[in-house]
Amino acid sequence: MLTKRIIPCLDVKDNRVVKGVHFANLRDAGDPVELGARYSDEGADELVFLDITATIRSRKTIVELVEKVAENVFIPFTVGGGIQTVDQIDQLLRSGAEKVSVNTAAVQNPHLLAEAARRFGNQCIVLAIDARRSKTQPLRWQVTVKAGSEPTDLDAVEWAVKAEKLGAGEILLTSMDADGTKTGYDNELNKAVSDAVNIPVIASGGAGELEHLYDAIVEGGADAVLMASITHFENYTITQMKQYLASRGVPVNL
Amino acid sequence: MLIVIDYNVGNVKSVCNAFRYIGCVAKLSCKPQDINAAAGLVLPGVAAFGYAVSALGPLAELIKELALAGKPLLGICVGYQMLFDQSAEYGRHKGLGLVAGNVVPIPSSQTVPHMGWNLVKLPEDMDLFTGLPREKHFYFAHSFYADVADTQAKIAYTDYGFPMPALVQKGTIYGTQFHPEKSGKVGLKVLENFSKICQRKTT
Repeated sequence: MLTKRIIPCLDVKDNRVVKGVHFANLRDAGDPVELGARYSDEGADELVFLDITATIRSRKTIVELVEKVAENVFIPFTVGGGIQTVDQIDQLLRSGAEKVSVNTAAVQNPHLLAEAARRFGNQCIVLAIDARRSKTQPLRWQVTVKAGSEPTDLDAVEWAVKAEKLGAGEILLTSMDADGTKTGYDNELNKAVSDAVNIPVIASGGAGELEHLYDAIVEGGADAVLMASITHFENYTITQMKQYLASRGVPVNL
Repeated sequence: MLIVIDYNVGNVKSVCNAFRYIGCVAKLSCKPQDINAAAGLVLPGVAAFGYAVSALGPLAELIKELALAGKPLLGICVGYQMLFDQSAEYGRHKGLGLVAGNVVPIPSSQTVPHMGWNLVKLPEDMDLFTGLPREKHFYFAHSFYADVADTQAKIAYTDYGFPMPALVQKGTIYGTQFHPEKSGKVGLKVLENFSKICQRKTT
């Protein structure tokens, strides 16, 4: 039986790890190479690295940084942010990433998912969805792109289902409403998406307490939980999170 | 020195990073003279089986010959699958035939790919597991598995709805379906054990 995964996330801007609230008010959280090494050493199950600068100019810097992070990371490592083409995916996989996550480019060109999955296998293609609760309809979430700055017409659940068919191997699902609030994941969103797809769903946005992780897995049906604030600022160690989940009967790699 | 076979398939660098981290000299190469002179060989692989076999090309015969002559060999993931007779991934492809068995799809009753951390029961008499507890989690990412038919091979299993081979050893031929280079400290220990086996063979 596969274990539920604990995944720290490094949001990287100008070579530093940052963390904000609702995708804004960024605060410095350290050096990506050091943090990556720390999480690998502490027993995290995976690491996610999101380049939130993601301009064309920053691509070369990001590849170099990914190479440096990978030198000290001996757990699976996903890289995302600003990826537009299959060649960029190839470059990141060669730089030490196991998986890549795509977001805006997949919305603009869904065929990218199919093309990337055919070339590299769907196990290394993660679709990132930044979802915001609809203000008019209950239990509906709107997909946003460009780091949450641009709403689209897509429904988050429908988009996840379509992405699985196209070739996404995993969904990284971020609630923009919950992001950085430390008040818990949006488990209605997690449940809606995890019920609709057969691929693993990583719950993201809102982790603040240990029970939030448990709720995302049990109520939200998530296969993995992603967190930033609560671990970068050392509220909880990876081991504390796993011990807590294990004590409540969740299978973890401890 | 260990040689990590460089044959133009996915992320081979992470294997070298892992060896470097544990203080072991491992060089990426596809030159026959390096492969001949190596204390041990590592055959990594992130690719489809058929692609990997054809990318390996004439090196396949050399690796097979050296492994049969007793040079320690560690296959990882598709590199492990290539140790067997043949695979059914996208057509029929012949492997190195060093360990008897076929590479077949994971039954569709399970989620495919098998991706994540799964518990491997570690038999006591396997030298790759020296210094490790009797069961540990390792990181897997694959859609096919090896149905091992070799009576001389020792096997360590994981449970994925059925007992699925996770590691084989036949003499000094080793293979892991999981990724030791991505299995944290436990995986690094497996690589360290392999490098010690290679050192013992050469001294």
